[in-house]
Amino acid sequence: MLTLMIFLPLIGFVVNGIFGKFLPKAISGWLGTAAVLGSFVIALMSVMDLTGDTKMPERIYTKLFTFLHVGGFHVDFAFQFDRLSAVMTLIITGIGTLIHLYSIAYMHEDSGFYKFFAYLNLFIFNMLVLVLGSNYLMLFFGWEGVGLCSYLLIGFWYKNADYGKAARKAFVMNRIGDLGLLLGLFLIYDTYGSFEYQEVFRSVFAGSAESNAVNTAIALLLFIGAMGKSAQIPLYTWLPDAMAGPTPVSALIHAATMVTAGIYLVIRSEAIYALSPIAREVVMWIGLATSLMAALIGLKQNDIKKVLAYSTVSQLGLMFIALGCGAYTAALFHVITHAFFKALLFLGSGSVIHGMHHEQDIRQMGGLRKKMPVTYLTFLIGTLAITGFPFLSGFFSKDEILVSAFAHNKLVFGLALMSAGITGFYMFRMFFVTFHGTYRNTHYAFEKVHESPILMTLPLLILAVLSVVGGVVNLPHYMGEGISGILHHTLSYDGGGKFSPILMYPEHAPEIDHTTEWLLLGMAVSVFVIAFLYTRNKYVIQGAVPEADEAQLGMGKVLANKFYVDEAYDTAFVAPVEAAGEVVGNYVDEKGVKGLVDGVGSGSTGISGWLSKIQNGNIEYYLVYMVIGIALLLAFNLF
Amino acid sequence: MSILNIFNQVEISHYIYLSTVLFCIGLFGVLFRRNAIILLMCIELMLNAVNLLFTAFSTYMGDADGQIFVFFIMVVAAAEAAVGLAILVLVYRNTRKTDVSFLDQLKG
Repeated sequence: MLTLMIFLPLIGFVVNGIFGKFLPKAISGWLGTAAVLGSFVIALMSVMDLTGDTKMPERIYTKLFTFLHVGGFHVDFAFQFDRLSAVMTLIITGIGTLIHLYSIAYMHEDSGFYKFFAYLNLFIFNMLVLVLGSNYLMLFFGWEGVGLCSYLLIGFWYKNADYGKAARKAFVMNRIGDLGLLLGLFLIYDTYGSFEYQEVFRSVFAGSAESNAVNTAIALLLFIGAMGKSAQIPLYTWLPDAMAGPTPVSALIHAATMVTAGIYLVIRSEAIYALSPIAREVVMWIGLATSLMAALIGLKQNDIKKVLAYSTVSQLGLMFIALGCGAYTAALFHVITHAFFKALLFLGSGSVIHGMHHEQDIRQMGGLRKKMPVTYLTFLIGTLAITGFPFLSGFFSKDEILVSAFAHNKLVFGLALMSAGITGFYMFRMFFVTFHGTYRNTHYAFEKVHESPILMTLPLLILAVLSVVGGVVNLPHYMGEGISGILHHTLSYDGGGKFSPILMYPEHAPEIDHTTEWLLLGMAVSVFVIAFLYTRNKYVIQGAVPEADEAQLGMGKVLANKFYVDEAYDTAFVAPVEAAGEVVGNYVDEKGVKGLVDGVGSGSTGISGWLSKIQNGNIEYYLVYMVIGIALLLAFNLF
Repeated sequence: MSILNIFNQVEISHYIYLSTVLFCIGLFGVLFRRNAIILLMCIELMLNAVNLLFTAFSTYMGDADGQIFVFFIMVVAAAEAAVGLAILVLVYRNTRKTDVSFLDQLKG
């Protein structure tokens, strides 16, 4: 069953990839959707196996074949479905199904329709390999696979040169991270002699304290991999550019699933991170810096998808803060709720773009709520969920992160709260400018703006419901003992002592008293209220419209230009490489290599010209050469 | 004292010197003379130098194998002389020359 679950999307990919050209669009679209839906159903059934059975096994394990066997080095091509994989699988296939459904309508005009579904299915397959592999090498396999699919899908409209560049940028930046991950894997093998999760973690758990320097190195190297995939400083700049891809791709890959692979990696390697406080501090501060920086940049973006992209980077930063504080459950909880509301927001923005006929600039929108009621309503829910409206999913997960940050370090808490607060500002700014106020586009008549078809609004509605109720996955304790902390119990479940849980080191609930906790909640809510009132006043009551990037002054200009990070990278890395390329191209290659190759050519022509004179057709000379040769051979034999 | 004994009284080294000299005369004749008929004769000389050495060692070792070889070589030499002369006659008819340096059509 596990095998079928993973390979259904691959079958979808193969069928769509090979025969898609000959299939009608409806069939290839529904085929791709059905493949992922099938995986989702199997995943649900497998979850039943994991929880419903009285035995409640640690994991479902399937070995397909031996991947590599060289000397003592042995890696299996094997899958395991344990509690962490189960959570990730449900997100991937569940949201994946909705987004496939949405894409049928969104992409219906595109000539590469079948190709799109083939890529999406391939992505789902690789993502499943990533989260279901039973060892680090399988994870790496999936890790590279999703990177490839991300590249293919960002550059899906490859005829636009800028989109191709964005795809390349994403690929190259991910590659930098992948190198870190790969070195981390080597170090793991070198230290623990295996890639299998269970064996590695058992060795780590049994290991002595002296090995903590190695564990820190492993943790940091793995985190470099996570930085690339999950878009953290300094490797985050690819994610906003990745918005060049079709909107469903942004929703699926660059918001809900692939970018959370880094979080998955850290949670999976909890045993290693638990032994390295230094690595956790690094994770936390990088997450914090990324979260704040991306949130600030988000304040001044005018492209509806760019705002969401920076929001994603910022939320991923929050997740890493949680990981750094040792609150793994909170991080995974935020992964889940974020997947719900960010997929919803992206699909909603896709619906807007669809209704506006490929207009992405929010300054060209306004007043869309009258024309697109379903999109408006669902987008509102998504916005409320991400900004932390009380009792929606984002409220609980973000609050859990803030509470653990508070227990860990007051300064981190303050800055994280600020970042969460800024979320409210940029999200409501975008929301009000897009849906309220007056319609501002002069090129595209307001009458032509239309609501999206049912295939697009249905996923929106489902995701909206999930964004509202998603918090039940891990309710805080004050909602009632019986129903709270489900995710926490899942990750800490050890089968009554029969096996080691996902989180080998028990998480301690943050030790803060109830008054403080209510105070923190109050602070989070009041930040939300301030953001709401301020933006509403500015963009709805006063009807302000964001200025053009060129009109920005001072700090606004810096933010609109994304802190000039891209320019800095261009100067620091791209320009030197290009200059080195010039030198190598013009001098080393032109003079050195070309000279060498030409020299070999002309040298052999010269020698052969000289040698061909020897063959003058005159037998006597041949005889002389022969005699000389024999004489030399004899002389050589004698002496 | 039979004839065989007379041969035995001459030391083997003398045969070697003699045949080496004969061989070298033949060799240098082949290398430096231009006349095709002389070339053929010099080749005969080289072959016979080898024949002499064969028979000398054959007697010295008391083994008849060397003498059998000599007969083979003589047969081959006769055939070779016949073919060589035939070619030479044809060349002469075509070119009115027996000078081999004129025949350089095998140039590379």
